[in-house]
Amino acid sequence: MKWNEFFVTGQPLIYAADVSIVLTVIGIVFILTYFKKWKWLWNEWLTTVDHKKIGVMYIISAVLMLFRGGVDALLMRAQLTAPNMKFLDSQHYNEIFTTHGTIMILFMAMPFIIGLMNIVVPLQIGARDVAYPYLNALSFWLFFVGAMLFNIAFVIGGSPDAGWTAYFPLAGNEFSPGVGNNYYAVALQISGIGTLMTGINFLVTILKMRAPGMTLMRMPMFTWTILITCVLIIFAFPVLTVALALMTFDRLFDTQFFTMANGGMSMLWANLFWIWGHPEVYIVILPSFGIFSEIVSTFARKRLFGYKAMVYSIVGIAFLSFIVWVHHFFTMGAGAAVNSFFSITTMAIAIPTGVKIFNWLFTLRKGKIRFTTAMLWSLAFIPNFVIGGVTGVMLAMAAADYQYHNSYFLIAHFHYVLIAGTVFACFAGLHYWYPKMFGHLLNERLGKWTFWLFMIGFNICFFPMYFLGLMGMTRRMYTYSAGLGWTPLNVVATVGAVLMGIGFIVLCYNIYYSARYGERDMTGDPWDGRTLEWATSSPVAHYNFAVIPEVTDLDAYWRMKKAGKGFEIDEEKLKPIHMPSNSGRPFLISIAFFFAGFGLVFKWFTLAIIAALFIVLGLILRSFDDDDGYYISVDEIKRTERLTGKGA
Amino acid sequence: MGNHHETFPWKHIIGFILSLVLTFVALWVALSSGLATKVILVVIVTLAIVQAALQLFMFMHMTESDSGKIQTINMVYSFFIAAVVVAGSIWTMAFVL
Repeated sequence: MKWNEFFVTGQPLIYAADVSIVLTVIGIVFILTYFKKWKWLWNEWLTTVDHKKIGVMYIISAVLMLFRGGVDALLMRAQLTAPNMKFLDSQHYNEIFTTHGTIMILFMAMPFIIGLMNIVVPLQIGARDVAYPYLNALSFWLFFVGAMLFNIAFVIGGSPDAGWTAYFPLAGNEFSPGVGNNYYAVALQISGIGTLMTGINFLVTILKMRAPGMTLMRMPMFTWTILITCVLIIFAFPVLTVALALMTFDRLFDTQFFTMANGGMSMLWANLFWIWGHPEVYIVILPSFGIFSEIVSTFARKRLFGYKAMVYSIVGIAFLSFIVWVHHFFTMGAGAAVNSFFSITTMAIAIPTGVKIFNWLFTLRKGKIRFTTAMLWSLAFIPNFVIGGVTGVMLAMAAADYQYHNSYFLIAHFHYVLIAGTVFACFAGLHYWYPKMFGHLLNERLGKWTFWLFMIGFNICFFPMYFLGLMGMTRRMYTYSAGLGWTPLNVVATVGAVLMGIGFIVLCYNIYYSARYGERDMTGDPWDGRTLEWATSSPVAHYNFAVIPEVTDLDAYWRMKKAGKGFEIDEEKLKPIHMPSNSGRPFLISIAFFFAGFGLVFKWFTLAIIAALFIVLGLILRSFDDDDGYYISVDEIKRTERLTGKGA
Repeated sequence: MGNHHETFPWKHIIGFILSLVLTFVALWVALSSGLATKVILVVIVTLAIVQAALQLFMFMHMTESDSGKIQTINMVYSFFIAAVVVAGSIWTMAFVL
């Protein structure tokens, strides 16, 4: 392979990206060396098994990926603003919508949600860490190297360009001969392994490590949604694993699972992809429902309305999410019986979702509402998500879908559910739980600026797309002619996208501003919260709870406060706390995964095999690892607790 | 943590070896046995089911739970999902078969 096949060449945008990547890497290395932070990086972050730090790393990665996916989105909007634009050529446009979709779903929405669940779930259930802290670190690093492997594609070897769904036969060797789709297959596989392990980890954590007295029906709603999400992950991700493995075999070893000839079945890929893909969208939306439930209840100062109905609705949604996948390809031609069945199951999902919407509205009813930034996102979620949901029911009607299919109507629909659902929830959750991560609040004024810019921009950007879709504009077209009359609405959409971009910049500035000048949270309970995470100090001590709390009610901490005690710690009752040791192995194993993946992408099998041997070595070393963790002495706990003001 | 398994994990080793054997038998049947395609399919699907059952007992602690109820729910739900994925795919894709 020649060097100019290895590196992507010939595009000014790519050269600019090359330069910025090199400069960023040099900058990071310089700062770490100059401030002598390498050891700190290794000890505090790269080897950590603390669920809170892992959560923070997930969220930082997610924000970086939001930047990358957002830049992709703005490039697309720039290209589509006017007819016959020459800003991007068709190939470059294909690559950008592919990476935009894949990154936003798998490397932005997923890690943001998983980051929040890492930070919050153990605190909400009164646990000191997750069930398998070592595995948790490995999950994060596998996700991270998967994301990095996917992200280098556009400068080394070439981006995947067959859409985030990577439909065959387009994604096969015949039509996509480069390495781009190898990246897709291998990088998603690696980060998928990490996600699957997270699912198992949190399922066990929630089932086995709840504080005494916290029955399933006393769990906070966010924890409930995560429990159900874990079940979805455990049952859905293996399908993706198998589908990606078959894709990898097709692409690297010329098997014929999804090819057009030799008995291959290209449409089977679409089928398998969506068997995973539909539960996947619920994997990112159910935790969002949980986040909104927590925030709405806290800032309406009311118990969540219809808690049990909420729980049953999530279970119902999760159950239905596995039997609707065909609605993604009604037009493939499966016939009336199949389409009718999946049409009805899809519409049925609107029922439990509607139940949840009404429960939030009734929670708000007669509440003493405080309009914090987190609450604004949650309130905006309800009408915006309903627009997405209602158009979803329109798409669910198989006969009508023949008109809407793959048009901008669909684009508008899924951005309305994914942004108004998941992205709003991520921002709301970030504002709400930020003091638990860093000990200070995000600035409310800047937060509200972000909210209004982003929320208004979002509607300006995506609402016109419903009409563009009805006017016949189809997804993934890289340009259009002037006579079609689509120009005005496209200009409007681009204006909205720019507003969203400005909102994101304000958010980033807010993070910087708040770190320097933000209000420090001395109480650990800045919002007058209801659940156990607010019983801890901000930022949380690394053992979380000096004494494991006793739970007597759904809103456990609220009950403690109403009883007039808060969560007091009796110093006499302190016992040494058993904590897991840090380990660098998850990080190193993941590095080996990166090289194994890179080798597979380029079919450099020697590299892949050597790296795979290092993975096996890491597993063997782990099997003979006798480290049982360490104990924090009572004296040290007393010192920490007195510093944070929680102790006597 | 804290639970030391001092005994040698025989169950896991045997399960691992049996899984390897079943896999290689399936590979041989598919590639070099020379049987009719339908027979090959029946044989490898049977081997796969045997191996899945084997792994449930050897690795997945099927018999070690305190609560039979949880195991039952798990298994019923797993079979439901497996049926949905396999039967659902066959039904959906029947128009191209």
